[in-house]
Amino acid sequence: MYKEICEKYAPEKHNLLYILHDIQDHHPQHYISEEAVQVVAEYLNIPTNHIYGVLTFYTMYSTKPRGKNIIRLCESPPCYVKGSTNILRKLKMLLGVNTGETTKDGMFTLELCACLGVCGNAPVMMINEDVYGDLTEEKVEEIIDKIRRGNQ
Amino acid sequence: MKFYRNHILVGISEASLLAGAEEFIKELRKELAKYDLQDEINVLETGPLGFFGKGICLTVYPENITYQDVKIEDIPELVEEHFLKGRPVKRLMLDTTGKYKPRLNYENRIVLRNSGVIDPENIEEYIGVGGYEAWEKALTQMKPEEIVNEVKESGLRGRGGAGFPTGVKWSFTAPLQVPQKYVVVNADEGEPGTFKDRLIMEGDPHQLLEGVMICARAVGATKAYIYIRGEYKLCIERLRKAITQAYEYGLLGKNIFDSGFDLDIDIKIGAGAYVCGEETALIESLEGNRGNPRWKPPFPGVQGLWKAPTVVNNVETLANVPFIIKNGADAFKAHGTPQSTGTKVYTILGDVTYPGLCEVDMGTPLRTIINEYAGGMKKGFRFKAALVGGAAGVLLPERLLDVNMDFASLNEYAAVLGSGAILVLNEHQSIVDLLWSILRFFRHESCGKCSACRNGCQQLYDLITKIKKGEGTMEDVDLMLTIAETMYATSFCALGQSPVMPVRSAIENFGDEFQEITKR
Repeated sequence: MYKEICEKYAPEKHNLLYILHDIQDHHPQHYISEEAVQVVAEYLNIPTNHIYGVLTFYTMYSTKPRGKNIIRLCESPPCYVKGSTNILRKLKMLLGVNTGETTKDGMFTLELCACLGVCGNAPVMMINEDVYGDLTEEKVEEIIDKIRRGNQ
Repeated sequence: MKFYRNHILVGISEASLLAGAEEFIKELRKELAKYDLQDEINVLETGPLGFFGKGICLTVYPENITYQDVKIEDIPELVEEHFLKGRPVKRLMLDTTGKYKPRLNYENRIVLRNSGVIDPENIEEYIGVGGYEAWEKALTQMKPEEIVNEVKESGLRGRGGAGFPTGVKWSFTAPLQVPQKYVVVNADEGEPGTFKDRLIMEGDPHQLLEGVMICARAVGATKAYIYIRGEYKLCIERLRKAITQAYEYGLLGKNIFDSGFDLDIDIKIGAGAYVCGEETALIESLEGNRGNPRWKPPFPGVQGLWKAPTVVNNVETLANVPFIIKNGADAFKAHGTPQSTGTKVYTILGDVTYPGLCEVDMGTPLRTIINEYAGGMKKGFRFKAALVGGAAGVLLPERLLDVNMDFASLNEYAAVLGSGAILVLNEHQSIVDLLWSILRFFRHESCGKCSACRNGCQQLYDLITKIKKGEGTMEDVDLMLTIAETMYATSFCALGQSPVMPVRSAIENFGDEFQEITKR
């Protein structure tokens, strides 16, 4: 599977970021495994340590298995002054996990991120590709409930 | 061509999609069809309307009435009252009090003049308002040196933060005789509180492309990359569409307008790193590396992407270029001040009546921007401070609000124009708390390459955390300033040189808050 994804791109180092994006997006657990790193290293003919360097540098990549829904709550100043700390507390309570952890059922991973550029609707979070703004504790509960119900 | 009695422009942006704009348009069309109005009233999807209304916003022409925060439930009333009976629905209109009318300022815009006016996904609408005329002029009537000189003459300075003169930057690259040069657009907008580039790209992607084309011609680059952050989904989609259309119309590709000039534009997507807004870090990222900045010199203009001369410009900077080439440097200089020409796009956030977006002449006082364009403080709130320029910005108190927003005037207050983010705080918000959040951001985003920034950001964060908890002393406050100033003097790139801005301005302008919290 990893090999096929690699072959969509020319075997040049500058494609590394896109190959990694692609692999992560196609993995049901949204992460890049050691096996995948080996395949990419061989395909691009670059050392694995270079790939790990890149993987751990950018916040969008994960080397750990993650949940089906990745929640990324913005913690930058504009969201912070609008109360993102309360939202984080609520999310931790609802999901029963800490930042960076995945729920036992593998449904959610809770992460923090820097400014998403939707500050007019602060506080903001992204769940997978979707942006949710003007968050309140009630709204967060509704959103999580809705996703949970949709998955049953 | 069909003639319509009314046009309803629906602003489509990340924010209105969030409020369910797609579903809304479907319902609106359905409701209009119910009254058999579908051939009389045209529903158009456009970019952000150029101000920041809440939720879904519509503008109705020819009346020029703007509705904000319209919900699906409001559609029956809106259609029946306004479009059937011709009575605009007052309760949904933006500004019903008339007291704090935000100045939309369309007549004075350069970068955002088409935003919310044309359909950003349709190249013909851009051409219809005079788009790509500058590209044709640049390619068929002007020599590359003439383009560089015109931009130099216009006084345009980089809109990404540093404010380097754009024409001068181009003039380093243009004369170099090498087989390959590049243009890179810095669309990795990551400064907290800034989303002007997102709205420029969402509202008028062709204008940016035209700017890139002209820049490429001026410096002799045949390949351009737009480096855009992965989170900006709608921008990526719209730019991809715009590029495809430009190829179809022969504005990109081989031998454009029979001039013998070739140009390809490609989109590259980032993976989340604030430091990649620094031009050499961005280039490293494009090459498939960690986004660690490079030593300068050589500057990218001489040795950049794959060691080839590379011009890196911000989105807003390039979006100004078509206007300059089409109308001439003098038309551009009619805006702004002699040292800071043109306009600037700001995003205003926090406790103001109309948080959002505005484009005003350079040199407009900060007080005017907050009071007139953003409608002043929200009811029941009092002004305490404005954080100008994002996390790498300065905290200004009430008494400094009369500062003119241009490069030279801000410099007098040791402030920078930065990215154009203005965050307004009310009297209940704590400066120490805000500074804590800013320093946490820097600690997270420091790339780790140089020890000054890597250790400095951590030390600053530890100290502010201690102070925030009420365990700090005034010596800790002084130490913070010393560390931040040392970082400014010794850091490898602009990231490590930035924390001194918020730290110094917070301590200088709001020193009493530090005294109070350390006394406890």
